[in-house]
Amino acid sequence: MSKTVTLTIDGKQVTVPEGTLIVDAAKKIGVDIPVFCYHPKMQPVGMCRMCLVEVGRPVVDRATGQVVKNEDGTPQIRFAPNLMTACTTPVSEGMVVLTESEKAHDGHRAIIEFLLTSHPLDCPICDKGGECPLQELTMRHGPPQGRFPYEDKIHFEKHFPLGELIYLDRERCILCGRCIRYQAEIVGEPVIGFYQRGRATEIVTYSDPGFDSYFSGNTTDICPVGALTTADFRFGARAWELKAEASICAQCPVGCNIVFNTRREAKSGGRVVIKRVMPRQNEEVNELWICDKGRFVHHYTHSAERLSRPLMRKGETLQPVSWEDALRTAAEKFEAAGKEVLVLASGRLSNEDLFNLKALADGLGGRAVLYGDMGGGDLTTLVGVGQGTNLATLGAGDAILVIASDLQEEAPIWWLRVKQAAERGATLIVANPRATKLDTYASFVIRYANGDEVQTVLNLAKKTDKIGQAFAEAENAVVFFGSEGLGLEGSQRLAVACAHLLRETGHVGKPNNGLIGVWQRANDQGAWELGFEPVADLQAAFEQAGAVYIVGADPFGDGRLTLDGVKERPFLVVQEILPTPTTEVADLVLPAQAYAEREGTYVSGERRVQRFYAALPPYGEARPDFAITAAIGKRLGLDLEDGSAEKVFERLAVTQPAFENLTYARLAEVREQWPIVGRGDLYYGGTAYENRRGLGVQLVPAAQREEPVTLPEVQGEAGPRPEEDEWLGVPVTRLLDRGTTVLLSTLLHRRIGEPFVVVHPMAAERLSLAEGQKARLTVNGASAEVTVRVDETVSAGVVLVPRSMGLPLYEPMKVSLKAL
Amino acid sequence: MPVLEPLIELGRGLWTTFRSMFERPVTYQYPEQKRPVRPRYRGRHVLKRYENGLERCIGCALCAAACPADAIFVEASENTDEERYSPGERYASTYEINYLRCIFCGFCEDACPTEAIVLEDDYELSFTDRRSAIYPKEMLLEPVGPEAEPTPQRTPPGLYTRAVPEMEDPKD
Ligand code: SF4
Ligand code: SF4
Ligand code: SF4
Ligand code: SF4
Ligand code: FES
Repeated sequence: MSKTVTLTIDGKQVTVPEGTLIVDAAKKIGVDIPVFCYHPKMQPVGMCRMCLVEVGRPVVDRATGQVVKNEDGTPQIRFAPNLMTACTTPVSEGMVVLTESEKAHDGHRAIIEFLLTSHPLDCPICDKGGECPLQELTMRHGPPQGRFPYEDKIHFEKHFPLGELIYLDRERCILCGRCIRYQAEIVGEPVIGFYQRGRATEIVTYSDPGFDSYFSGNTTDICPVGALTTADFRFGARAWELKAEASICAQCPVGCNIVFNTRREAKSGGRVVIKRVMPRQNEEVNELWICDKGRFVHHYTHSAERLSRPLMRKGETLQPVSWEDALRTAAEKFEAAGKEVLVLASGRLSNEDLFNLKALADGLGGRAVLYGDMGGGDLTTLVGVGQGTNLATLGAGDAILVIASDLQEEAPIWWLRVKQAAERGATLIVANPRATKLDTYASFVIRYANGDEVQTVLNLAKKTDKIGQAFAEAENAVVFFGSEGLGLEGSQRLAVACAHLLRETGHVGKPNNGLIGVWQRANDQGAWELGFEPVADLQAAFEQAGAVYIVGADPFGDGRLTLDGVKERPFLVVQEILPTPTTEVADLVLPAQAYAEREGTYVSGERRVQRFYAALPPYGEARPDFAITAAIGKRLGLDLEDGSAEKVFERLAVTQPAFENLTYARLAEVREQWPIVGRGDLYYGGTAYENRRGLGVQLVPAAQREEPVTLPEVQGEAGPRPEEDEWLGVPVTRLLDRGTTVLLSTLLHRRIGEPFVVVHPMAAERLSLAEGQKARLTVNGASAEVTVRVDETVSAGVVLVPRSMGLPLYEPMKVSLKAL
Repeated sequence: MPVLEPLIELGRGLWTTFRSMFERPVTYQYPEQKRPVRPRYRGRHVLKRYENGLERCIGCALCAAACPADAIFVEASENTDEERYSPGERYASTYEINYLRCIFCGFCEDACPTEAIVLEDDYELSFTDRRSAIYPKEMLLEPVGPEAEPTPQRTPPGLYTRAVPEMEDPKD
C-alpha cells in the first residue's frame, strides 16, 4: 500500500493515496470541481484554468519542523495568495481546499466569461446541447450577463469535416486540447493537432484520410463542447430525446460495453431505431472507449432490407409463408433427416441461441458445427485467462505475447489496452509475419515466415534467448493468438503450442495469466464453451447432410459453400436477419431478431459473460433465434426452453459446468468504478455512460478450477510455406470489411475501400504492378478483381488476402495474381 | 299580497323575453359566418417564413421539449447551399403536431429561438380519425409570399454561415 494523505475539501475530510490530484480527491467525496481540459484518463496539463480553487497548507515552523497550532489547538493554515488549479496540484498532508469560496467562484466566473467571449450561441441546434459541459458550467458558475459586445465575437468555420466521420465546428472549440491529447497519449496516433496561435488557434488533421484513427469517435465523447461531433449522429436528435439501453458490442471478441441511444425516426417509417452508440464504462473491458466500428456499424438493424417474414421456396422463388407453416416444414424436414441434420451456427449468436441449437442437434443425434476458420477454443476453456483478469493491471514485470494477430484490426480496444500495458512497463512480444501497428510498443518483435508459427512458440518455450527468458520469468503472462495467415488447422496447432508455453512457464490458472483467442466473431468463445467446433471440410459436411440449419452465417456469400456440383442438395433452412447469398439459395428462410431487439449474453475473448438488453422493438414478424429453435424442437418432441432468454440461461447454467452458479441477476451486478463518470457532471469524464446494467462475470478456466488439464500434443507446422514460383495467399483480418452488416453503414464505405491484396514491393515489381493498380486474383477457380497494395514487411511469395472482402480465401492456399 | 306575487314575477319574465326581441342577435351563423378572434387568441400553429421565403424553423426541437403534452415531433437535417430550407445550419425535415394532444398552452412559442412557431387564429380542427389529427410540416408551414421563393432554395455560398440566425430578418 502506498502512503496516504489526509486533507480537507470544503470541510469534508478525505484520505487518498499520495500523489492524487485535488480534483480527483474531491470527486471521491462528491465535491465536483469544474474542469474542461482535465480528464481522469489523461495527464493533467492545466490549460483551461477552470478548476481554480483556494488551497491552504499547514504552517510549519522552520526551526522545529512542527506544524504551528492556533490557540484552540487546530493547525494554522496559510492560504496561497493566488487560486491554484486543482487538476495539476497534488494533495498534501493537512491541506485545506476551498472550492466554493467567494474567491474561487470569482475565478470560475471569470474563466467562463472569458471562454464565452467568442463562443457562439448555438445551443439550440448544437449536438452537444443538453449534455454540454460548457453549458452546464455556465449555468452553474457563469456570469448572468456577458460584458462583451455580441457583435465583436470572432467567427470561424462551422462545418469542417476532419474526415468523413468527425466534424469540427471551429467556433465552438475552447482549445482544451483533450482531443489532441487523447490521440497522442492514449491512442498513440497523433493525427490531429493545434495549428496557429492565439485567437487563430485551430484543430487540424494531418492524416489522409482525415482523422485516420479507429478511435476517433471517442474524442467526440470527451470534447467538452460541441466542437467535435460525429457525422453519423450529426443533428440526429437532441440528447434529451434519446432513450438509452445497455448492450454489448457484437463486432469483435473484446465485448465492449455500450449503450444504444434510440428514438423514433420519421425516415425509417416511424420505427424506433438506433440513433447512436455510446461507450458504457467497464474498467475491466473497455474503460470509457469504443472503436469506430462499434460506434458506426449499427445501421443494419434498421435496414429496409431486413427479413420480416418467413419465406419458403416455391419453384424458383421464395414466397412468404406463415410461421406455423415454416416451423412445421422445418420440423418435418429435420425429423426426416434425423442423424443427418447439420446445424451450422456462428459466433454472432448469443449463448442462449447456441445452447438451444446444440440441444436441437443433440436431440436429433445430428451435428453442431461452428462457422469460422479459427481453432483453439477448446484450449481457451482449459487455460484461458483466469477469473479476475484485467489488462489494465498488467505492467512492469508482466509479459504479453501477441502472435499471428494484427490486434488493432481484429480487436481495437485490446490493442489499446495492450499498448497501455506495454507503456506501463510490461514486456510486449509481438510475433507476426509482417509489421503491425503494435510493433512500435513492443519490447521484442519476432518476424517469422508464414508456416513458422508453431516453431516460433516452441522456440520461446526453450527459454534459450532473452525473449523466451523474459516471457518465462514474467510474473504474469497473457498470450493473444489469432488467425493471421492461418486456417482452422493452423490456428488450432498454434493454440496448442501457446497453451503448452503458458503451462510450462507456469502462467495458467491465475488471474492475469492465460490464453486469449482473437476470435473473428463476438461470441466465438461462447460457442466453444457450449460445445460447438468448426470443421475442416465444410463442403463435405454440407453434402453429407440430409438437412442443414444455418443460423447467423453466410457461407455461400463467403465462398465457403457452393451448390456447384452438388448432386443431392440437402434441405436448407437459413435463419438470418438480412438477405444474403445464403438466404437466396435456401429452401426455408426464418427471420430472426437483431440482437439489439432482444436479451441475451455473450462470452468475450477474455471469457467474460456479459448481458445485453432489448433496445429496439422487434422488426416485423422476426423472432429471437433461441425461440425459433425451441419452437422447431418442440414440434420434434424435444424439451427446449422458448419462454425467455433468461429461462434458457437458467438451463444453460445448470447443464454447463463452466457457467455454474451464473444467473442473469449476477451478470447485472455493478460495483463502483473509478473514475466516476456519467452522472450529473459530464465535464469530468465525458459522455460515456455509467454502468448500471452489469459488469459481467468472468468464467473460471479449468486450470483455475484445479481440475487436471490435459493438453493435446503439439504437432507439425501451422501452415504451408510459399513455394518457389508460386503465390501463397494467406487470410488476414481487417476491422472494416465488406460483411453484410458493415456495408449497410454507408458512412464507412470510404474507409472500407475496394477489395485489395497486399504483396511485397519486389513481388509487385515482378508482376509489373504498382501500388493502387488493379489485378486479378484467382483462388480455387474463383477469381476477383483486386487493388494491389504493397508492404515491405510482407514475405516474398505471399499475398495477403483480407477476409470478408468478397475474396473466397479462408486458409493459406495457392493463388494466382495477374496484372489486369 | 301573496296571491299577486307570482303573477308579477311572471310578467317581469315575459317582459325580458319581449324586450330581447328588439336587441341585436349575438349568434353567428357558423360556418357561413365566422367571428374574428382576439389578438392574443391561441389557435392552430403556423410555421413562419422570412420574407425571402426561407423557413424560420431551424429544427432545434426546443418547442417539443417545452411542450407539456408531448404533442410535437421534430427531426432535423442539415442545410446545404444547394438545398436550403432555413438560414441556419439545420432545418426541420420532419415537423409534426398532434392536435389530439396539444393543449394550446403556447409554451412552444415561448421556447422557439427564432419565433418560427406561432399559435395563430385557425381553430377549425376536427378530424375523423387519429391519423389525420397529426399535422405534418406541409400543413403547418405558412404559404410563400408573392415576392419570395419556396423552399428548398439554392443560395450563394458564404451568405448563410450562422448556426442560429439572428432574430431580425436575415439578408432578405
Ligand atoms: S458547445 Fe455547449 S455551450 Fe457551446 S453551443 Fe454547443 S451546447 Fe451551447
Ligand atoms: S475540439 Fe473539443 S476536445 Fe478538442 S480542443 Fe477543441 S474543445 Fe477541446
Ligand atoms: S473493440 Fe471490438 S467490441 Fe469494442 S467497439 Fe470495437 S468492435 Fe466493438
Ligand atoms: S419551431 Fe422553433 S422551437 Fe420548434 S424546432 Fe423550429 S426553431 Fe425550434
Ligand atoms: S486547468 Fe484544470 S481543468 Fe483545465
